[in-house]
Amino acid sequence: MGRITLDKVSKSFGDVEVIPPLDLTIEDGEFTVFVGPSGCGKSTLLRLIAGLEDITSGQIRIDGADATNVPPAKRGLAMVFQSYALYPHMTVRKNIAFPMKMAGIDQAEQDRRIDAAAKALNLTDYLDRRPGQLSGGQRQRVAIGRAIVREPAAFLFDEPLSNLDAALRVGMRLEISELHERLKTTMIYVTHDQVEAMTMADKIVVLQAGVIEQVGSPLDLYERPCNKFVAGFIGSPKMNFIEGEEAAELGATTIGIRPEHISISTTEGQWKGTVGVAEHLGSDTFLYIHSDVSPSETMTVRVDGEFSARHGDTVYLTPRAERIHKFGADGLRIE
Amino acid sequence: MATQHSRSSARLMMAPAVVLLLGWMLVPLTMTLYFSFKKYLPLRGGDLGWVGFDNYARFLTSSAFWPSVQTTLVIVGGVLAITVVLGIFLAILLNQPMWGQGMVRILVIAPFFVMPTVSALVWKNMFMDPNYGLLAHLWKLFGATPVEWLSQASLPSIIMIVSWQWLPFATLILLTAIQSLDSEQLEAAEMDGALAHKRFAYITLPHLGRAITVVILIQTIFLLSIFAEIFVTTGGAFGTKTLSYLIFQRVLESQNVGLGSAGGVYAIILANIVAYFLVRIVGKNLDA
Repeated sequence: MGRITLDKVSKSFGDVEVIPPLDLTIEDGEFTVFVGPSGCGKSTLLRLIAGLEDITSGQIRIDGADATNVPPAKRGLAMVFQSYALYPHMTVRKNIAFPMKMAGIDQAEQDRRIDAAAKALNLTDYLDRRPGQLSGGQRQRVAIGRAIVREPAAFLFDEPLSNLDAALRVGMRLEISELHERLKTTMIYVTHDQVEAMTMADKIVVLQAGVIEQVGSPLDLYERPCNKFVAGFIGSPKMNFIEGEEAAELGATTIGIRPEHISISTTEGQWKGTVGVAEHLGSDTFLYIHSDVSPSETMTVRVDGEFSARHGDTVYLTPRAERIHKFGADGLRIE
Repeated sequence: MATQHSRSSARLMMAPAVVLLLGWMLVPLTMTLYFSFKKYLPLRGGDLGWVGFDNYARFLTSSAFWPSVQTTLVIVGGVLAITVVLGIFLAILLNQPMWGQGMVRILVIAPFFVMPTVSALVWKNMFMDPNYGLLAHLWKLFGATPVEWLSQASLPSIIMIVSWQWLPFATLILLTAIQSLDSEQLEAAEMDGALAHKRFAYITLPHLGRAITVVILIQTIFLLSIFAEIFVTTGGAFGTKTLSYLIFQRVLESQNVGLGSAGGVYAIILANIVAYFLVRIVGKNLDA
């Protein structure tokens, strides 16, 4: 079980309020991702849930029981840190055994859980090595192993993949998702990478400056962002925003259109522009287009990998009308 | 070959330093060995010829020898124990955020800058004097008879003085080591259910292992040869005669250079025995 409820939780460091009072419920078994730009308070929020920071006001409930003043170890949560925080002088086996040793679990049970975790995480051959002798991905798995053996009510991940190289990151992403499918335990995952958020989450919580901007499933957020910030943050490449006349025509201050929802033609279309940089990814090509519609920023358009365009070519863009997002002067979505 | 040239020129350029260091070490060592086989009494006839291992036998069989070895080891051991334990404690305290941290750190380090002679004098006269010392006043305040520190508790007194001098060194080294401890490790241990004392035992102390080794090795080198503190306070009386002090007495008070030199050779042997065991015990911490 692991249903976590935050009730008017706030956090201040001295006079600086980093998290104004917020409410949030994380259901049992849910994979929740906190995402937001650097310094948005997502890690602080995770540390508040973990108990590593004391909350300034409000209440945290885990499975209905007040956990606000319960010390971290007694909350039944396990955390995987960004730096992995493995104990360098202990072998992998001792690292994984450490929480069980602290809890006073008997040796036979310890060994059983270590073997199970090692098998699940492909660490069986490395149990007698020290963290210093492992690669980044292996260290990551040891950190996860140390969390699993505690059989926690919920796992907390604090940007666990940010120290890995790109290829390994994709692999570990899958492994963590796989782990969640297998264990069905609540997981809270903090990241600044919206791709990780989109691919892994059951529920995404978008944060900015300590405030929850929107909570919803990945596709909810993608299809119906409730404000400009979420619209710009979710989706890669970023949504194009257009202000002025084009927006006013549709009764909005700003309209947004994702790069994948614009069709391009060399002969005719709604907006005229010239091709700037073209990024060829093979499967797709991202074109950065200078257009009078959006004079301050280039517009990004996603086209097929086969589409050939050169720097300086004139092209015409047509947005798919039903995919245009409209935002008012306050930045909120207009239906 | 460029590498061969650069190698030989490197040797050439290192030569002065190597020669100087070798001379610095070899000349006194050779002279000590040379005199240790001679009967050499500067004020009573000078060089009286070769005597073989006479000096060695006499130094070893003298009633002052074994007690002096014991005193040396007790002082070294005592000071090491006090400075390492208190050093860890102080380092942990100084690592806590507090008001005036910079100032406090400088104050803690200050005793290290006081010369041994001066600090011994300060302790002897201002703290430990049975008539007007600070400690005597403290004892009188509680109606007790002041302790005559340097005669009644001479060895503990000297250990105290030397510990006071070396504590800043240990604290400083251990503080820098503690500062390099990743705070996420402590947080992870906290989440894993380790209470404060277990976090110290399982995370902080192992992390400090290497720094403690450095403290012990370096301090041992210097503590084996402490002299000023003894010379100034007890003058070697009341069971505070260390091996190096005994050698000093043989050479300068008895004016027996041959006997003192033999003692010097024993001191070298003792230092090597201590070093051998130290490296065996704590040296493995320096690997990896």
